[in-house]
Amino acid sequence: MEHGSLAGRIFRGIALTLILLFFMFPIVWIFLMSFQTNEQILRIPPRILFEPTLANYEALISGQLRTAAGNLEISFMRNLWNSFVLSGAAVLLALVLGVPAAYAFARFKFRLGETIAFTLLSFRFAPPLLVLLPLSLYYQQLGLNDTYAGIVWVYQLIALPLILWIVRGYFEDISPDIEHAYRLAGHSWREAFTRIAVPLAGPGIAAAGLLSFIFCWNNFIFALILASADKQPVTVGALAFVTASGIQYGQIAAAIVLSVTPTLLLALYAQRYLVEGLSLGAVKG
Amino acid sequence: MARLEIEAVSKTFGAAKPADGLSLTVEPGEIVAVFGPSGSGKTVLLRMIAGMFEPDEGDILVGGHSIVGAAPERRGIGMAFQNFALFPHMSARDNIASGLGAKARAADAASRVQAISRLLKIEHVLGHAPRELSNGQKQRTALARALIGNPEVLLLDDPLRNVDAKLRYEMRLELPNLLRRSSAAVLYVTQDYREAMAIADRIAVLVDGRLEQIASPEEIYAAPASVAVARLFGDPSINLAEIGAFAVQGALSGTVAGVNVRLGPADGQPPDRLCWLGVRPEDLAISSAGGDGAIPARVLAVTPMHEKAVLLLRLADGTEWLAALPPDAPQGAADDNVFVHFAPEAALLFDRATGVRVGQAHQRQAA
Repeated sequence: MEHGSLAGRIFRGIALTLILLFFMFPIVWIFLMSFQTNEQILRIPPRILFEPTLANYEALISGQLRTAAGNLEISFMRNLWNSFVLSGAAVLLALVLGVPAAYAFARFKFRLGETIAFTLLSFRFAPPLLVLLPLSLYYQQLGLNDTYAGIVWVYQLIALPLILWIVRGYFEDISPDIEHAYRLAGHSWREAFTRIAVPLAGPGIAAAGLLSFIFCWNNFIFALILASADKQPVTVGALAFVTASGIQYGQIAAAIVLSVTPTLLLALYAQRYLVEGLSLGAVKG
Repeated sequence: MARLEIEAVSKTFGAAKPADGLSLTVEPGEIVAVFGPSGSGKTVLLRMIAGMFEPDEGDILVGGHSIVGAAPERRGIGMAFQNFALFPHMSARDNIASGLGAKARAADAASRVQAISRLLKIEHVLGHAPRELSNGQKQRTALARALIGNPEVLLLDDPLRNVDAKLRYEMRLELPNLLRRSSAAVLYVTQDYREAMAIADRIAVLVDGRLEQIASPEEIYAAPASVAVARLFGDPSINLAEIGAFAVQGALSGTVAGVNVRLGPADGQPPDRLCWLGVRPEDLAISSAGGDGAIPARVLAVTPMHEKAVLLLRLADGTEWLAALPPDAPQGAADDNVFVHFAPEAALLFDRATGVRVGQAHQRQAA
């Protein structure tokens, strides 16, 4: 990247700036909106300079939404907590189940192995609405409706196939000789799995966990149908801002900022693992 | 220490049969090289002993006990891999210490790692990650890991393949001593006949899943069991010519490119059939004058190679032979017409149909 003419470098700089503006603008705009009142947001023409207010955040955190039609109870913080619990539990469960399964699919050839792996992936093909109706009927019968366990379970449809298929690829990239060497050195296959295979696939496991966390976090339809208000995540809770007296743009923006921040921080933290994961091939052998 | 016994082991993968009734015994403290061209089944044999796959037939014993079906970690085997197979997320020290198995005590492990790495001259890189090591250091680390647990059987899968030429030469000198210290039964896989001859007490020649010959390096070179074995040893490789051998007055002779040459004494029955005549390039001599048994030839090219000169010769019938001559011997230049001689004892005869050696060299081996 260091070589290239001056004109080339200038052009590259301009192109990068334009792309950055294009992708970052919505996020920056929402961030700015979250510090404005509804009146400031809706004035025409919009202004970049304004007097910032923390009213939106106050309203979200206190749970009191003041509108023209009067005070409204909102449970945004509760929703945020629900999102954490549901996504976190779903990803943890999917990792516990998916990593050993991915290892099995990567290392062993068994009857119907490919069929099972593909069937698990195909859960991702079906539109969620297709499974929701029968699922809600089953859940009512089983008493799983409106329980954390029930929603975490159905979130596996999102998390498990993703983790299984991503981590499987990482396991396949590890030379089996490395594990053979560890076993010949006097370690059981369980130790070879936990001390060799899992650490070496670590970046892949982190990437898969992060991705599936984001997918779970962003899910809307499962929780909308299967959970009542006190167990709904932010994606569903955001509906509360569409009130009788209008749409509360400021609060929505603040809610978006609050709900995006955890995954964003997680992604920034995990970035070095993701990069490490991509360059694992250079270390092999 | 324990002896490694491989008894009539066979393995089939689909249409391929990389092991076809292999039998081989390695005594404790002995180094046996398994040598053969690529794809001949060397690695498959090693992996069956290590427990990565099981043989379809036959048995493998260590110290008199069958290890077939046992978990790899319970076989008492140390192994060094061609691609090193170091654990990339561990330091060289931890890599070596892992060879002590799951039950090693930390204090004991540290001193043993120190001792084995001193022996292998890698003390100064113990703190490094594998990716920071040179290929030579990687292989030494892998060897240390295989040796540290004092395994009863040591398997080395072409360990010098990925190491540069100078280091390979050094290790060829160092390895036999190092391996003998461990008094393990050592099976050493290689594709390089020189490496096999330099390191091993005995060489097992593996061709297409069958052991063609198991003998000392000298014996394999002087008395190869078949044409296939003769071709694999020697650089330049052995010269061959198709002849009909017959006995005249107690001596065996045959016709090479229209010239009748003596092929040593005809003890036993003369092979009254088509044969391959094999003569090592270094057993050929060149002269400008003809004589009894001298084969006329034309020098096509001369390649000086420091310690010897290699001549490409064409005999009268079009057969091309190579002669490796000491630099001070009469050589001739390209396009010269010369005569080729060889001593009758240098001639090796192989059955044209089966490739198995017949005649004189066989007698020498029996004696």
